[in-house]
Amino acid sequence: MGYKAKFRIWRGEGGEGRLEDFTVEVNEGEVVLDVIHRLQATQTPDLAVRWNCKAGKCGSCSMEINGRPRLGCMTRMSTFEESETITVTPLRTFPVIKDLVTDVSFNYQKAREVPSFTPPADVKPGEYRMQQVDVERSQEFRKCIECFMCQNVCHVIRDHEENKPNFSGPRYFIRIAELDMHPYDVAERKEPAQEEHGLGYCNITKCCTEVCPEHIKITDNAIIPMKERVVDRKYDPLVWLGSKIFKRQR
Amino acid sequence: MERHEYDVVVIGAGGAGLRAAIEARQQGKRTAIVCKSLFGKAHTVMAEGGAAAAMGNVNSSDNWMVHFRDTMRGGKFLNNWRMAELHAKEAPDRVWELEAWGALFDRTKDGKISQRNFGGHEYPRLAHVGDRTGLELIRTLQQRVVALQQEDEKLHGDPEAYIKVFAECTITRLLKDGDAISGAFGYWRETGDFILFDAPAVVLATGGIGKSYVVTSNSWEYTGDGHALALLAGAKLINMEFIQFHPTGMVWPPSVRGILVTESVRGDGGVLRNSEGRRFMFDYIPDVFKDKYATTEEEADRWYDDQANNRRPPELLPRDEVARAINAEVKAGRGSPQGGVFLDVSTRLPAAEITRRLPSMHHQFKELADVDITKEPMQVGPTCHYIMGGVEVDADTGAASVPGLFAAGEVSGGMHGSNRLGGNSLSDLLVFGRRAGAGAAGYVDGLAKRPSVTGVEEAKAEALAPLERTGGENPYEVHHELQRTMNDLVGIIRKSEEISEALQVVEKLKERAKNAASSGSRIYNPGWHLALDLRNMLLVSECVAKAALLREESRGGHTRDDFPGMSAGWRRKLLVCSAKPDGTSVTVEERAQPSMRGDLIGLFERSELEKYLTEEELAEYDAAVKES
Repeated sequence: MGYKAKFRIWRGEGGEGRLEDFTVEVNEGEVVLDVIHRLQATQTPDLAVRWNCKAGKCGSCSMEINGRPRLGCMTRMSTFEESETITVTPLRTFPVIKDLVTDVSFNYQKAREVPSFTPPADVKPGEYRMQQVDVERSQEFRKCIECFMCQNVCHVIRDHEENKPNFSGPRYFIRIAELDMHPYDVAERKEPAQEEHGLGYCNITKCCTEVCPEHIKITDNAIIPMKERVVDRKYDPLVWLGSKIFKRQR
Repeated sequence: MERHEYDVVVIGAGGAGLRAAIEARQQGKRTAIVCKSLFGKAHTVMAEGGAAAAMGNVNSSDNWMVHFRDTMRGGKFLNNWRMAELHAKEAPDRVWELEAWGALFDRTKDGKISQRNFGGHEYPRLAHVGDRTGLELIRTLQQRVVALQQEDEKLHGDPEAYIKVFAECTITRLLKDGDAISGAFGYWRETGDFILFDAPAVVLATGGIGKSYVVTSNSWEYTGDGHALALLAGAKLINMEFIQFHPTGMVWPPSVRGILVTESVRGDGGVLRNSEGRRFMFDYIPDVFKDKYATTEEEADRWYDDQANNRRPPELLPRDEVARAINAEVKAGRGSPQGGVFLDVSTRLPAAEITRRLPSMHHQFKELADVDITKEPMQVGPTCHYIMGGVEVDADTGAASVPGLFAAGEVSGGMHGSNRLGGNSLSDLLVFGRRAGAGAAGYVDGLAKRPSVTGVEEAKAEALAPLERTGGENPYEVHHELQRTMNDLVGIIRKSEEISEALQVVEKLKERAKNAASSGSRIYNPGWHLALDLRNMLLVSECVAKAALLREESRGGHTRDDFPGMSAGWRRKLLVCSAKPDGTSVTVEERAQPSMRGDLIGLFERSELEKYLTEEELAEYDAAVKES
């Protein structure tokens, strides 16, 4: 069943690097991460890659495979031709530390800028009563495994370092939407979404939704509704355009 | 070298570590969280089924005493009963607290937290979010840490003034001042630079040891770091022979072998069948559980709708029983084509219900195995999942025998006895994470002066050694051989000769590991990291094998082919491991298990206790009953 596959992997550290070619054994049922592990064990012991669960649940092994952001553990080798050269590179939006490992601290910084869940002061633990239908909208966003591929693919920051200070990115738009839709959250989320987190930069190209390994409808269920909630107070031509294009009304 | 002063250093950022750190910070302590992965990636994210807590939301007959009894039965009465008591009493508050921090559990019709059935739990008890409860738990705790940092930013102008996460940072040694803990030494994975923590209290929350086995549901982080750090610092490990092989891991394709298939599949109605189509679990109900489990398929199926008048399906026996049964079916030639058995939910629930209740299982099988679980059965087999053994701690404070050292979660031992019930891990993390954080804070408050760090130069030399060797052993090869050895010789079914053989192999591997060499620089070098992790994996493997060789009975997560019965005499004995500071001379000693407190043992019927206790203990029980 096994065959020899051709891989081209970005190697480097300290701001320098190049693509290196490898020929490596592949067996039935394997995923790209298995092949990278085989390379570590047999050819390049110091090849750097992040991973944890190897089951698509932790979001650690985000990388670009043939130019597309993917989880290495969920990309099966059977989706490629045996003759194909598979190119693996680090996420482009974040600075490379070494090989396939990038500095994703931008995301943790942005996480800290979103005010936390704010329940009413008089509800005690154990007293929360919510209907399933009311928690389901926020639950969709809490499926997020923080692989940061939506952040990586978002063209507001992918090739625009200058936008990073003013733009939190899709991961944190769903966080804001999750809190805004939480039945017990009382904080004001709409104005800050626009003014502080850069919701207005998003022009709804849905790249984030397309790469989400959890199939969260980031654009339709979080970003557009938030834009609509914002527009109650402030006119936004993109939302106007979006509502015409997607025929959404509330 | 980078040096930081803290009151409490928590090693590990899974559920137990984060809950401990939150507690220490809430008690005003300057707290560091040190973790090998990025923040929010710890193994807790993989927990699927739920957190067991007797809230009584689905069946109001549930309460802490029922939960306590279930836990003791699951652990075959070897549990530290004080831990089992605290756990059962405090789990509901810990779950409710998460809700106040933003967790969104699935709901009952009247708006409370929904609870699901699980193996060994008498009533529906697991608070859950579909089959991704661990993710919800870790995200909630992660966001609680962020909330505290936001508070500190407002108060002190610095979000990291009182709680800071040191991500992708590995601790290789605990440091001491005399007998007491004084800090921790490690390296940043990103740069390879060393880092020193000067701190009077350390909480270990490093999880388990699964990476010593080939077929495991555990992630790379599970290299037994906390177990080894504790041993090397002079603390003791108990119950190391008890390893839980989860009955249902994926068996195909080979690259995903061992990845977990949640017990919720069975809790929600899934059944196990062999190649002849038989629901074989009816053939494996052990005597101690005879009156609690259905003996016909009809009764078992009625139980899902009417729990008051029917007994539970045997698919929901504790995990050790189900794992052994699957193992036996496969050995008897009644396995599935790919070497497991069939787990079928497709004929038991409508497709839409399966995708709603088990979304990540549906996704996992579809993406990794081309199997649609709404249409066909899964193939599953046992996988190394959890170690019941760990650092011996004081139940109330999480304190180990070394002053200043605390442990919580999987790295601690005692709570689960010889076998953990599903769902009791997430609640364990919360209950004892909080207690260890509070224990560490209290310990720091009671200190007259801060201890000073020693042993830094030795720790540096030890960490650098693999990089300085050339032409030594390939650490990946040593690791693979250890995994194969433990899997084949100290696995789910054990016998004396095989365990002895494993110990000989481990001795040889220890020598090879001492000669492990890593090429490349110090920057994010996985070969170097693995070379350093080998010390820990070998040390815990030695403990597992030595304890397994001594315990001449079968109980929970320790099955001896040559001693198939459970022995009441052995129930009263704990096996305690210790080692020298250089990691040599692991010794295992017997220690008497303390007798259960009268009011707790009084929660059981005599007829049940007769299955577990010695005559002598039963006489004590009778005397106590007479007195009251």
